[in-house]
Amino acid sequence: MPKVTIDGISIEVPEGTTILNAARMIGGEIVPPAMCYYSKLKTSGGYCRTCIVKVSKGSDKDPRPMPKPVASCRTVVMDGMEVENITSAEVLEARAGVVEFLLINHPLDCPVCDQAGECHLQDLAYEHGKEASRYEFKRREFEKTDIGDKVQLHMTRCILCYRCVKVADQLTDGRVHGVINRGDVAEISTYIQNAIDNDFSGNVIDVCPVGALTDKTFRFKSRVWYTKPVDAHRDCPHCTGKVRLWYKGDDVARVTARKDKYGEVEEWICNECRFDKKKTSDWVIEGPTHVDRHSVISANHYESIRALKASIERQKKSLPHGTKVGLGQGALDPNNPN
Amino acid sequence: MGKKLLLQHDHVPGIHTLQVYRDHGGYSALRKALSSMTPEQIVEEVKTSGLRGRGGAGFPTGMKWSFLAKPPGVPRYVVCNADESEPGTFKDRYLMERIPHLLIEGMILSSYALGANTSYIYIRGEYYYVANILEMAIAEAYAAGLLGKNILGSGFDCDLYVQIGAGAYICGEETALLESLEGKRGNPRIKPPFPAVAGLYGCPTVVNNVETIAAVVPIVNDGGAAYAAIGVGRSTGTKLISASGHINRPGVYEIELGVPVEEFIYSDEYCGGIRNGRRMKAVVAGGSSVPILPADLILKTSNGEPRLMTYESLADGGFASGTMLGSGGFIVMDEDTSIVKNLWNFTRFYHHESCGQCSPCREGTGWMEKILHKILDGHGTLSDVDLLWDIQAKIEGKTICPLGDAAAWPVASAIRHFRSEFEEYVKRGSSIRDVKHYFRLNNLPEPVA
Ligand SMILES: Cc1cc2nc3c(=O)[nH]c(=O)nc-3n(C[C@H](O)[C@H](O)[C@H](O)COP(=O)(O)O)c2cc1C
Ligand code: SF4
Ligand code: SF4
Ligand code: FES
Repeated sequence: MPKVTIDGISIEVPEGTTILNAARMIGGEIVPPAMCYYSKLKTSGGYCRTCIVKVSKGSDKDPRPMPKPVASCRTVVMDGMEVENITSAEVLEARAGVVEFLLINHPLDCPVCDQAGECHLQDLAYEHGKEASRYEFKRREFEKTDIGDKVQLHMTRCILCYRCVKVADQLTDGRVHGVINRGDVAEISTYIQNAIDNDFSGNVIDVCPVGALTDKTFRFKSRVWYTKPVDAHRDCPHCTGKVRLWYKGDDVARVTARKDKYGEVEEWICNECRFDKKKTSDWVIEGPTHVDRHSVISANHYESIRALKASIERQKKSLPHGTKVGLGQGALDPNNPN
Repeated sequence: MGKKLLLQHDHVPGIHTLQVYRDHGGYSALRKALSSMTPEQIVEEVKTSGLRGRGGAGFPTGMKWSFLAKPPGVPRYVVCNADESEPGTFKDRYLMERIPHLLIEGMILSSYALGANTSYIYIRGEYYYVANILEMAIAEAYAAGLLGKNILGSGFDCDLYVQIGAGAYICGEETALLESLEGKRGNPRIKPPFPAVAGLYGCPTVVNNVETIAAVVPIVNDGGAAYAAIGVGRSTGTKLISASGHINRPGVYEIELGVPVEEFIYSDEYCGGIRNGRRMKAVVAGGSSVPILPADLILKTSNGEPRLMTYESLADGGFASGTMLGSGGFIVMDEDTSIVKNLWNFTRFYHHESCGQCSPCREGTGWMEKILHKILDGHGTLSDVDLLWDIQAKIEGKTICPLGDAAAWPVASAIRHFRSEFEEYVKRGSSIRDVKHYFRLNNLPEPVA
């Protein structure tokens, strides 16, 4: 088994493992952020470039460093490889550049976006971005379109990660979803707008890292941090029926697949489970979900506010002196109606 | 006069026809190869010749050919890259238009050498009339038994197809080309795997430029050693240069590698000097992607040696003071040229041609174009120049394919060598705005430069 060292930590991994997956096996802060790679989707990754790292030693056989930063999600480890991620100022600078590129045309309409609170671009910008943008031109805009009657495409927010394209390719039959045009006017499109009515098409919502593909049955119903996640299952003829219910009060506001700590779906779910089963009586409740992130969602319901505050204090230390960080007023009040 | 290997008969009337091409020695290399050489021997000759890819990167062709995977029972493909879309480059068009049979002969030879029975010429959509010329020539070749089954009684079969692209520069990148050829969206693939292992339809594939493939003909005819005898060092043989810009004699020239740049620009055999007796300001030596150099640095390297038209000499000094031979698109600019405006034009091109797969190129190219436009319009600030520098640095080397680099290098080199010109635009911002306003008010066409 090849041995790879990432930021000074060594691990032996199976042949063919990528740098990103090796880092995930180590875990912790040295895991590069991934906006387009998705372990459950073949050929995903390589597009967004947020996961770039520096290979300072190629392998024991050929110790030369790689001349350019590489996408860790698409680069396979070699025996003796040495990788720098957060220990390299160069990598962090390049990553901040990628984050800036992803944001220059993003509408930043988080206050009205259903994804806010569970958006990977928000997390990425918070952890790796700069506080202000240097972009001063008009941002790109697209019309909103409906993909079938349950999914809305808000192309203006899309970061072209290609995940939904791979879902359409690999999970649904008859490819009708893809990318048209090129460059910064490239857009996700569906050949005939309503053609995605396949049993598994709803999974595009779960794979979308941003609020570009959202669940119309949940539209503007609630900020996600006021909903409470609960794992549940049912006997489903189409899928495993293992889902996550998001409660608002006593009502099921939304059904999604269960996601792991990297935000990836554990098992795909069908459209019937996702869109049509919105009563508690449809489900066998397993219990509350532990959301494995320092998110307001988990803090709201299951983790102590003290832990969240401690986390904020920790993050503050990495910011320039005097930067003010905190939770917005009322953000943690479960009675806050927004 | 330098020796010519590709274009020695380009002005012979009717050279595009099989008959006249044959009368001038055409298809003798094919006859020789099929009757007296094994495929391996041809690969050896190509290695000996030192031929390097003429599409831009200059990768040794013999080495590329020897990397081709040969799993049993799996077809192999030879694909000719005739997408030629790099601004300033128009040599492949000239060769195909004039002597289509030279490319076809090269394709059959390469297919024989690499064991491919099906081969493709992928040509850019705007060259549809050149595609017609090629189709006519291919039909002649089939009729004469030079293509198809059992070519010249040798037992070797080869079919050759021309595929027209749909007008995207990115489809010149070899893996985007293969995607397009397969009927898909022309997005570059993420490498590895490289085409030599998994190319067209997942099979081992060699992609070579038109000129590279044409050069196989004289290499087989005269031997690799004779080819290698021309040129300097690792820059062997001849190279087609498409010269354009403010010169007296724009056109396509076949040069022996090693001609001094000064001779190429000023001698009447080639560019014939700068138009209207003006002074030369700058040169983009190898197509729009390569770094621009000011007149003094294109004529002499930073340590004062005369620069030669070779891969090595043009690259001497790295990007700090050198450039690249690239595709051979040689663009000369006189003293009246605005570097900033020219850069904006190039940047606009890369913005328009980015496929949009990776974030730095998709977002960065458009951003750079907008900033350059702002500077040209007289609204720029000094910090915009620094911002441009920073953006190009954040694109370079961080993308899936080299289009990102191609967009970054012209910006970096223009700022490196002509920073004062950007600053001049910033300083004169208010007068630029006034002049523009005046012309607009009076419905006058805006002045150029
Ligand atoms: C954006 C881009 C455009 C390219 N366009 C062309 C082209 O039009 N013609 C060409 O021969 N090579 C082009 N190339 C280079 C090809 O990818 C490839 O290196 C070349 O076809 C290999 O042939 P050669 O080894 O004979 O040069 C391009 C590369 C990039 C990144
Ligand atoms: S819509 Fe979402 S999943 Fe699809 S490419 Fe855009 S950001 Fe990715
Ligand atoms: S560098 Fe540009 S053209 Fe190349 S893959 Fe990335 S977005 Fe596409
Ligand atoms: S996660 Fe690796 S490039 Fe996007």
